[in-house]
Amino acid sequence: MDVPAPVLRMSGIGKQFPGVRALDGVDLRLLPGEVHALMGENGAGKSTLIKVLTGVHPADSGTIELAGRTVSFAGPLEAQQAGISTVYQEVNLCANLSVAENIFIGREPRRRGRIDWKRMRARAAELLERLELDVDVSAPLSSYSLALQQMVAIARAIDVEARVLILDEPTSSLDAGEVRQLFHVMRRLKEEGIAILFVSHFLDQIYEISDRMTILRNGRLVGEYLTRELSQVTLVSKMIGQELAELERLHGEARTFDRPLVEARELGRTGAVEPFSLTIHEGEVVGLAGLLGSGRTEIARLLFGADHASSGEVAVGGVPAALRTPRAAMAHRIAFCSENRKRDGLIPDLTVRENIVLALQATRGWTRPVPRDQQDELVGRYVKALKISPPNPEHLVRNLSGGNQQKVVLARWLILEPRLLILDEPTRGIDVGAKAEIQRLVAELSDGGMAVLFISAELEEVLRLSHRVGVLRDRRLVADLPNDDTLTTDRLMETIASGGRA
Amino acid sequence: MTTAILDRLGARGRSVPAKYVPVLVTAGLFVAMFVVGGIRYEGFATGQVILNVFIDNAFLLVVAVGMTFVILTGGIDLSVGSVVALSTMISASLMAGPGWPPYLVVPLVLLIGSALGLVMGYIVHAFDIQPFIVTLAGMFLARGLCYTIGTDSIPIEDPTFTAFAQTRIDLFADLWISPSVVIAAVVVLVAAYVLHYTRLGRTVYATGGSEQSALLMGLRVGRTKVAVYTISGFCSALGGVLLSFYMLSGYGLHAVGMELDAIAAVVIGGTLLTGGSGFLLGTVLGVLVLGLIQTVLSFEGTLSSWWTKIFIGLLLFVFILLQRLFSARRRT
Repeated sequence: MDVPAPVLRMSGIGKQFPGVRALDGVDLRLLPGEVHALMGENGAGKSTLIKVLTGVHPADSGTIELAGRTVSFAGPLEAQQAGISTVYQEVNLCANLSVAENIFIGREPRRRGRIDWKRMRARAAELLERLELDVDVSAPLSSYSLALQQMVAIARAIDVEARVLILDEPTSSLDAGEVRQLFHVMRRLKEEGIAILFVSHFLDQIYEISDRMTILRNGRLVGEYLTRELSQVTLVSKMIGQELAELERLHGEARTFDRPLVEARELGRTGAVEPFSLTIHEGEVVGLAGLLGSGRTEIARLLFGADHASSGEVAVGGVPAALRTPRAAMAHRIAFCSENRKRDGLIPDLTVRENIVLALQATRGWTRPVPRDQQDELVGRYVKALKISPPNPEHLVRNLSGGNQQKVVLARWLILEPRLLILDEPTRGIDVGAKAEIQRLVAELSDGGMAVLFISAELEEVLRLSHRVGVLRDRRLVADLPNDDTLTTDRLMETIASGGRA
Repeated sequence: MTTAILDRLGARGRSVPAKYVPVLVTAGLFVAMFVVGGIRYEGFATGQVILNVFIDNAFLLVVAVGMTFVILTGGIDLSVGSVVALSTMISASLMAGPGWPPYLVVPLVLLIGSALGLVMGYIVHAFDIQPFIVTLAGMFLARGLCYTIGTDSIPIEDPTFTAFAQTRIDLFADLWISPSVVIAAVVVLVAAYVLHYTRLGRTVYATGGSEQSALLMGLRVGRTKVAVYTISGFCSALGGVLLSFYMLSGYGLHAVGMELDAIAAVVIGGTLLTGGSGFLLGTVLGVLVLGLIQTVLSFEGTLSSWWTKIFIGLLLFVFILLQRLFSARRRT
């Protein structure tokens, strides 16, 4: 088969950080009009490779060729001017400015030094039309969904005659419909001959969109493969370097539980979630499924007292309880791992130990500090149990990978030995290995009698873990389904789509 | 009465873009105060009353324009009052002592003010220190420098300077303004142009919206931050010159607390203290509202001037709460 000349060729790239060999002789080539997936676990060197490519870090060895010419960039701006644009996981735009301005700021069309707003809006509208997006370009960016903001970021990236577009985990906060929209845009760009480098943790998405993939492991190249010639199982085993036993269905049976722990009756909050009733029993894993913004997180926040309920009541262990603040919820031994670990959960400048002890300290009050040897003992135990790596409790949390940060959040709450553990998207943006570990942990905890409310955008994950699944749609709990043999992802999907009426 | 108007404006706000709502609220407040004043007091509802507000607050307006730039980037400049005082002091002492002519003194003063702003901006940017603390230091420094020049009030007797200060520019129908008002108006127009039509201005908004994003979009964030403090320093110095016209003296105790008046005007004008959102027109309206409160109190006659502070305090509370409500509604 004939292969066109690559737009970009990186060969023998090496990068050394203090104490770590981040990249070692890695090759990567991008062909025009192809979506190329960069695969690997957290810490495999994907981000470092992208940073070397875009000039954030200089390479220690190796060469980068763009359209046959050797290049080296001093920064992302220079890379962008050469036609290599990057769109990151977090949307790096200014939500207070208009859509048009976000696309053009820094290179606005001007006439005699004066910004030509009319031409700017016209060009922005033209560009978004090319991506088949229907957007009012003079509206502030904040009035659009995260997915659309991401498209605007892409529009900004391709306006500068991009030859290479790097999408670094663009889909991790999008729901299924939004991902479809993004893929549509990606296919269009592909047709225009742009080479796209795509990073994602969702294997299904990789198989749907990518033509070719490069796999990294521990900073080394495993190989380059055509996506259609590599099965998912082989891919995963190549990524983690060992055969992965098929992730077994951890619970997947509808058991009956008879000891209700937390009962919500007609609990609701105006504008956030409509009144719902939900009972969580001891030892039960209740999954919450629904699209982004369907009210999943809102339910969790109500049960944890992070938001005030405007109606209804909660009983814990059969006794009515007022969960008005997180402190009150914690007193009933309810714990909440939030969705946004960076913003709500972790303090990046503290060490692993300090982060883990935080919640325990909060329950004791500041007048009774947790003795240091007790801290070390507890933290040591959880670092080992959860396989937090590096296993050094004095490491700063910000230097940990996403999966390990998530484990730190988990450890913090597990120390309190909660009766109900609320997990909001605990496996988002983390790699397959860590995901499996966290899932197994949830199963173990519930076998030990802990109740778990498990929220995830991945329906398979919800199905694999839960005894019962609550389905949300448009801020309403539309169904409460036992997880028996008849419950499949297809049926969940139908329930979400039909709103439980069928 | 006022709340009823606020409510009505808020309700109508759904048809206007959300970003204009705070400015409209302030405009409504200004109109309401003017109407109420006109009904209560004889001789209040005249054009000259509004022009007098401009004449008495031209210096504050110029200072608040500089402050708007800084607050739009998400920063704050506490040094403005002291820089105003220092400017009056340098002007007065140079004209009184060595007898320098105004056309030398004024540019020098503007240069000193800009330089002070430049240095503070550079420190904020280069060492990544909170602007609050850097400009607090600048505030003490400039105020202290006033007293090294002299501890007493120095009168300005330069004939050119006083003649210019006392000029009346007649408009139609017995209305008049001072040259300071013209200068302030030019500053406002230039600043509005810069904010809306230049890369510098748009980078100011982007920086206030999200500094991290602005950096990643390849904007010159550092240069912009230094620029806004320089602009604020320049505006403070110019405000100082206008205050010298108004007071015809230089004194280390001039403009004590003016930084807070300027911040209040900007906030009442609808600019978010966190940056990225607001209009210069709002700042103009903010200054007008503050000025009109004083006018109303002087027409009332029986109330002491401290009531000004009380009203400004109450207004600030209301506006900060309003901002909170609007931003909360936008998020949901």
